[in-house]
Amino acid sequence: MSDSNSSFGNRGNRDASVVNMKGMGTIDGTRRSGPVGAGRAGDPFLIGEGMTGGYGKGADILHDCTIAVEKGQIAVIVGPNGAGKSTAMKAIFGMLNLRQGSVRLNGQDITALNPQDRVKAGMGFVPQVNNIFPSMTVEENLEMGAFIRNDDIRQTMQQVYELFPAVAEKRRQAAGELSGGQRQQVAVGRALMTQPSVLMLDEPTAGVSPIVMDELFDRIIAIARGGLPVLMVEQNAQQAMNIADKAYVLVQGANAHTGTGAELMANDEVRRTFLGG
Amino acid sequence: MDILNALVVFLNFVFIPAAAYGAQLALGALGVTLIYGILRFSNFAHGDTMAFGTAVVILVTWGLQSLGITLGPLPTALLALPFGIAATAVLVLATDRAVYRFYRVKKAAPIILVMASVGVMFVMNGLTRLLIGVSEYRFDDGARFIINVRDFRDWTGLPEGLALRSTQALTLVVAVIVVAALFWFLNRTKSGKAMRAYSDNEDLALLSGIDPERVVRLTWIIAASLATIAGTLYGLDKSFKAFNYFQILLPIFAAAIVGGLGSPLGAIAGGFLVAFSEVAVTYPWVKVVGYIAPGYEPGGLMQLLGTEYKFAVSFVILIVVLLFRPTGLFRGKSV
Repeated sequence: MSDSNSSFGNRGNRDASVVNMKGMGTIDGTRRSGPVGAGRAGDPFLIGEGMTGGYGKGADILHDCTIAVEKGQIAVIVGPNGAGKSTAMKAIFGMLNLRQGSVRLNGQDITALNPQDRVKAGMGFVPQVNNIFPSMTVEENLEMGAFIRNDDIRQTMQQVYELFPAVAEKRRQAAGELSGGQRQQVAVGRALMTQPSVLMLDEPTAGVSPIVMDELFDRIIAIARGGLPVLMVEQNAQQAMNIADKAYVLVQGANAHTGTGAELMANDEVRRTFLGG
Repeated sequence: MDILNALVVFLNFVFIPAAAYGAQLALGALGVTLIYGILRFSNFAHGDTMAFGTAVVILVTWGLQSLGITLGPLPTALLALPFGIAATAVLVLATDRAVYRFYRVKKAAPIILVMASVGVMFVMNGLTRLLIGVSEYRFDDGARFIINVRDFRDWTGLPEGLALRSTQALTLVVAVIVVAALFWFLNRTKSGKAMRAYSDNEDLALLSGIDPERVVRLTWIIAASLATIAGTLYGLDKSFKAFNYFQILLPIFAAAIVGGLGSPLGAIAGGFLVAFSEVAVTYPWVKVVGYIAPGYEPGGLMQLLGTEYKFAVSFVILIVVLLFRPTGLFRGKSV
């Protein structure tokens, strides 16, 4: 929240008969995109390189942080609470000011693009919380996911329903009435509707039961095996590393360890610090 | 007991006027509720937006009349309505660019936008008065009555007469068309769904590639159209006086809150509820009672409240709803 919200002790903002705080955004939608530059030879499909920056005019949260994902692979970001995992995702999606570093996608430098234009450039993002339109039906949620498309979306919608049969049954129901796991499925489905060239998930399994979590992981693997690169932040480090082609351990906004999931699992320090023995 | 005459008196003095007034309030409340739901603040300038729109409609109506263009039995104002809507849309978009956008970029708390809208209200207030003046204007032309009192008496042979003014019928017809169009737009079109998505979750709408500024512009244009239509219908039905449009803000807000802020369906229900309560409470029922219970001789007019106090009705409804059912009848977004 910006400074102005704390002015006057936040008085008046709890009076819902004059103000509507529900669903208020935090991203500046008025920012215009800058030019798209050329990428570098030999880049991974998506890379945020040497990212340094923080929210607004605040202190830096990320320090020379690099995250990348190759085509057809799953990359995970793990690390302790407050390590800047979600912030790194947001930085890649253009939601905070980078003071240094660049973000490159598919041979293009997209550092200057605003989030809306990154969606159009082929990035799909599922935020950790508030990742559905609660008062709209499941079907409308998916339709909104496909907002930037002008072609026939029915086939993609069918694919999403095949991937998540549980929500297919509830397509006419308001998404806000679904269970936590089903909401996450709707959220992922919404992002898939744009037919993105890379999918970014911010803790997709947060707050869901272990059974649902396993199912979600299965689906995510299925998505990646289908050829769509997936970059995700995950709390459950062990499980995440099991499925990761590449894993990044962040500590205090900087890269601490990088390697394949198996490599990091074998690393003593990582195991002791993050995997509990 | 004379049910028929009682019914005619009731229809003539309570039901028809309240229905027309309710439709006008509903259209006004729809604008308020849309801005609340999508732009997230209560727009205190809505009444004066209505006044400005109506003033433009009146000026264009006069212009058309002086050119000899009329709509026959329908009021010429209908022809002038698109011009009024266009002018009002330009005004609110300019206001948004000059005032509200600044706070939106800063992600200011919505209460700051509410206060800004109070300032905008005063400016629009003055603008309308500069444009057309402070006096009362009547601008309805065409056929005055669909059913007039004398014809009704001749047809039915009843001592009581019933009048249906063309502006009242017009109000209801236009309101039905506008509401149907609005609901169709919000529920069936891509742009309408994008507006609902933005209302639900701004950030996610942006992450779905919806341009937030476009949603904001669209909302203002729709709100300006609703305000101009509501204001013109109100002015045709009664008369135009800039100050009345400032006052009508209260029943409009009462209607929007009773129905549940953020719920379009609620705004309509609220509009009729407030209108019927206002008319019912300020109407002298003595005549109706006289027909229903012929022997009974009430001492007074059986009027619960003088018409001067009609705004008190909105206040009471507002307070009761906020105390006992703050989300409104249709579960709006307010808690």
